[in-house]
Amino acid sequence: MLGRLAAKRLNEIRQVFRQVLFPSRAFSTALNYHLDSPDNNPDLQWEFSAVNKEKVKEILSHYPSNYKQSAVIPLLDLAQQQHGGWLPVSAMNAVAKVVEVAPIRVYEVATFYSMFNRTKVGKYHLLVCGTTPCMIRGSREIEEALLQHLGVKRNEVTKDGLFSVGEMECMGCCVNAPMITVADYSNGSEGYTYNYYEDVTPKRVVEIVEMLRKGEKLPPGTQNPKRIKCGPEGGNTTLLSEPKPPPCRDLDSC
Amino acid sequence: MGLGLLASKAVRPASRILHSPNPRNFLLRTIVSKPELKKPEGAAAQTQPEPPPVDLPPRTPVAGARVHFDNPDDAIEVFVDGYPVKIPKGMTVLQACEVAGVDIPRFCYHSRLSIAGNCRMCLVEVEKSPKPVASCAMPALPGMKIKTDTPVAKKAREGVMEFLLMNHPLDCPICDQGGECDLQDQSMAFGSDRGRFTEMKRSVVDKNLGPLVKTVMTRCIQCTRCVRFATEVAGVQDLGMLGRGSGEEIGTYVEKLMTSELSGNVIDICPVGALTSKPFAFKARNWELKGTESIDVTDAVGSNIRIDSRGPEVMRIVPRLNEDINEEWISDKTRFCYDGLKRQRLNDPMIRGRDGRFKAVSWRDALAVVAEIAHQTKPEEIVGISGRLSDTESMMALKDFLNRMGSDNVWCEGIGVNTNADLRSGYIMNTSIAGLEKADVFLLVGTQPRVEAAMVNARIRKTVKATQAKVGYIGPPTDFNYDHQHLGADPQTLLDIAEGRHPFSKTISNAKNPCIIVGGGVLERKDKDAILATIETIAKNGKVVRPDWNGLNMLLLHAAQTAALDLGLVPRSEKSLESAKFVYLMGADDVNLEQIPNDAFVVYQGHHGDKSVYRANVILPAAAFSEKEGTYENTEGCVQQTLPAVPTVGDARDDWKIIRALSEVAGMRLPYDTISAIRARIKTVAPNLVHMDEREPAIFSSLPKPDITEKVSKTPFGIAVENFYMTDAITRASKIMAQCSAALLKK
Repeated sequence: MLGRLAAKRLNEIRQVFRQVLFPSRAFSTALNYHLDSPDNNPDLQWEFSAVNKEKVKEILSHYPSNYKQSAVIPLLDLAQQQHGGWLPVSAMNAVAKVVEVAPIRVYEVATFYSMFNRTKVGKYHLLVCGTTPCMIRGSREIEEALLQHLGVKRNEVTKDGLFSVGEMECMGCCVNAPMITVADYSNGSEGYTYNYYEDVTPKRVVEIVEMLRKGEKLPPGTQNPKRIKCGPEGGNTTLLSEPKPPPCRDLDSC
Repeated sequence: MGLGLLASKAVRPASRILHSPNPRNFLLRTIVSKPELKKPEGAAAQTQPEPPPVDLPPRTPVAGARVHFDNPDDAIEVFVDGYPVKIPKGMTVLQACEVAGVDIPRFCYHSRLSIAGNCRMCLVEVEKSPKPVASCAMPALPGMKIKTDTPVAKKAREGVMEFLLMNHPLDCPICDQGGECDLQDQSMAFGSDRGRFTEMKRSVVDKNLGPLVKTVMTRCIQCTRCVRFATEVAGVQDLGMLGRGSGEEIGTYVEKLMTSELSGNVIDICPVGALTSKPFAFKARNWELKGTESIDVTDAVGSNIRIDSRGPEVMRIVPRLNEDINEEWISDKTRFCYDGLKRQRLNDPMIRGRDGRFKAVSWRDALAVVAEIAHQTKPEEIVGISGRLSDTESMMALKDFLNRMGSDNVWCEGIGVNTNADLRSGYIMNTSIAGLEKADVFLLVGTQPRVEAAMVNARIRKTVKATQAKVGYIGPPTDFNYDHQHLGADPQTLLDIAEGRHPFSKTISNAKNPCIIVGGGVLERKDKDAILATIETIAKNGKVVRPDWNGLNMLLLHAAQTAALDLGLVPRSEKSLESAKFVYLMGADDVNLEQIPNDAFVVYQGHHGDKSVYRANVILPAAAFSEKEGTYENTEGCVQQTLPAVPTVGDARDDWKIIRALSEVAGMRLPYDTISAIRARIKTVAPNLVHMDEREPAIFSSLPKPDITEKVSKTPFGIAVENFYMTDAITRASKIMAQCSAALLKK
C-alpha cells in the first residue's frame, strides 16, 4: 500500500518535471517520417488541378529551365493550398515529378519548413505566434482559450473539420503582439488568404473563431479599436512635428 | 585516422589542472577543462611574438597525402603552424594541413564526397580571420597562416565536440562501432572531460534500410555522409535529411529499403554507430579480429578487401584502399557473402555408393578411386572444367595434369568454344578501371555493369557525373544509375554503328577518348567472333585504339576467367563434354550438367555442396578463397593474391595440392611441390601472372585473323547475371545474400 502510494507520488513528481523538461515545441504538424494511412499514402493519385497547372507553368517560368528544382517551395505551397492546407505524400511526389528531382529532395524541403503541413489541418488553420514578444503579451493564454473553445489539442482538427490550432515563429507583428494568423483554405487555392489578427485577447480570438464559423468577413490587422494599424493607442505621442528631410550627402566631396 | 596518437597527446594536459595556480578551479564549474583555454584570445596574443622557427624538421603527410601539380604556376604557399607547404590552387585548408602532416579532426568531410561543412569539427584558426574557420570548406589562399594547435582552435573543437555529444547516447558499451568510432576517438583526443548538458537527450526512430544496414538513428550526428554517398556514389536518391533543428534526422521519409549494390559502404563512412552492419551486429569487437589483406573473388574486379576473422571464423569483410581498382568501396556481394563460407561446406572426401548416398572416405581411398577410373578412360574422353572461383595455381595444375593424361579438354566455365585467347588485348579491360575516368563516350555492348561488376559501374558513374560522358547501351532493358541511351537490344544495332548508319557512330568518332566495353556474356554466344569483329570495325572507325589510348575493353564476369584465358583454358569443341566418360569439375558449378552423359564418372573438387555435387561420384573437399593462398587476375589484367585468413574446414586441402596428390597417385607426378614452384611453372606459360599487384597492359597488335564466315545473328543480347546477390557457390550458400535477393530484387 505504502509502496503504491510512493510510486504514485513519484509518478506525479515525474509528471511535473516532464512538463518542465519537455516544453512541447513541435512547430511542424507531423513526424519527420511518413506513416501510411488511408488518406495519405504514396499509392493515392494526386495531380494539380487544371487551373493550377497553368499556375505551375507560370511559377516554373520564373526559373531557368535547368534549375527547375528552385520552384519546389512555391509549388509545394500551391499544392498545399489545393489540397486543403496540407501535403499528402502523393502531392510531394507530384511536385517532385514536376521539378524533376528525386522525391526525397522534396520531402527534405517539406519537412524543413514548418508552414508545410504534412497532416490534415482544418479549413481555417489558426496559428498562434509563440515567440518572445507575443509570449510576454499572453500568447499562451490565447492558445489555451482557442484550444479550450474548440475542444482540441494542438495540431488536432475539430470534428467538423473546420478548425485546427498550431504554433509558429515570429511573423514580425511584435508591435501589435499578441497575434494569430488565420490560414483560410475553405475556398481552395483561388480564395486562399493568410491574414494576421493582431492585438488579440483570449475573448477576441473566440469571437474571431465564431465569426469565421459563420462565414462572416472581418478586417485583418489590429483588433484593438483604439489603434490605427501599428500606431499607439489614442494617437501618436512622439514624433508629432513634420519629419525633417534627411541630410543630403555632398556626393562631390566623396 | 591515426587519432590514437593524438588521443594520448591530449590526455596528458588534463592532469595539469591539478597544479593550476588558481585553486578556485575546483569550486567553479569551468567552461573548458584546460585552464589555458579559458581565455584563448589572451593566450593567443601572448604566443604571437614568438619568433618563427628557423629549421623545421620535414613532416610526413597524413595518410600518404600527395600533391599533384597540373600546372606549376598554380602552386601557392601556405603556412601550417609556421611550416611552409606548397599546394596547388583550389585545395582546401584541410587538405593543406594534411599535406603538412597535421591531421584535422573531421566528421562530415570525406575526400570522395562533396563538401558539406556541417559538423564544424575541423575548425582551425587562420590569421586575420575574426573567428575560427571550417577548414574542410575553406579554400587555401596564398600566404594563409593556418594554426591548428592554438588555444582558439582547441577551444573551438572542444565546444563543437560538446555540442555533438549533447544528443549522442552514452551507449558505447553496446554499440557495434565501439573501438573504431570516429566520435569516440576524437572525443578522447579533442573533447572536454565534462559536458554541461543536463537535459534529456533526444531520441530518433530507427529506420529499416534493408537486410544489410542496421540503423540506430539516435546515435546519428547528422554529418550527412550517408546522404551524400547514396546520392553521389551509389546513385540512389533514397536518403535525405528530414526536419530541422534538433529534430533533424536522416531517413527515407517513406518506408523504403536502400536498393543499391553499394549500400554496405555507408557502414564504413558513418563516423558513429548510427549505420552498422546488420549481419555483424553484436558478433565481435573490432579489437578481437585478425585482419588479413586479401582479394575478393565474387566478381572479376578483384576488389581489395580485408578479411576480419576470429579464430576459425570469418567475421566480416571490409574494403581496402586501392585507387586503381575499387577506391575504398566494395559491393554488397563482396562485403556480405562471408556467411556463405560457413554453410554447405564440404569437409571430407566422399564417394557415392551403389545406393546413391555419399560415404566419407579417406583421402588415400578417394584419390585411388579417381586415379584408377581416370586410367581406365580413353584420354580424349577425359574432360576437366575449372570453376569461376578457381585460382591460377590450381588451373595450371589441372591443365598440366590432364595434359599428362593425354587430354586437352580442359577449360574454365563461362568461356565459349574456341574463344580467341591468343591476343591478351582481346579479353582484358585495356583501358584499366581507373583509366575509365578519362573516357568521354562509353558504348556498353551486352553488359550490365551494375550487376556484373559493381565497382566498374561506380567508375563509369563517377565519370558520367564528373564529365557528362555519354553512355550508349546495347542489350536488354536494365537498370542504370546514370544517364544512358538505350541504342538497341540485338547485335543488329552494332552492325548499324559499324556501318555508320546509326547516329551513335558519329558520337564515337567525335569523341576524344571513346571507350567500348563488351560484356563477358558475349563469349558464350555462338556468333561471338562475328560480334567481336564488328566491334573491332567500330573501334577502327572511331579511332578507339590509338598509341596513347586503348578504349576497347572486355568486361569479364568471373574471378578466374582472365587467368584461365591467359593459361589457355579454352574449350576446343562443343562435343567434348557430351562424349566424356571422366569429368573433373574443379569448383565448376555452372556447367550444364544435362550435357554430361549418364555413364560418365564425375569428380567434383570444391568447397561447397552446390549444384554439381548432385551429379558427382566423388567429392574432393577444397579450400575457399579465404583459406588459401591463390593468384587471381582481375578483368583489367591486374594480378593479385588472396591470403589464408582462416584454417580450412575439416579435411579440405588447397586445390592445387589435391591435383598434385592425385597426379602422384595416378603415377604421373607433377613437378612442383610448393606454391613458388607452381608459380615458376606458371611463369613459363604466362609470365604476367607472377607479377603480384601489377597490371600488365596488353600490347594491341593487328595479327592477321581467320576470316569470319558466320554472320551476326539476330538473337538479342542476354542478361549475364540474373541475380546480383547470387552468382557462385559461396554467395548461393549465403543466408544474407538470400535475404537480399528476397528483399531487394525487383520482381
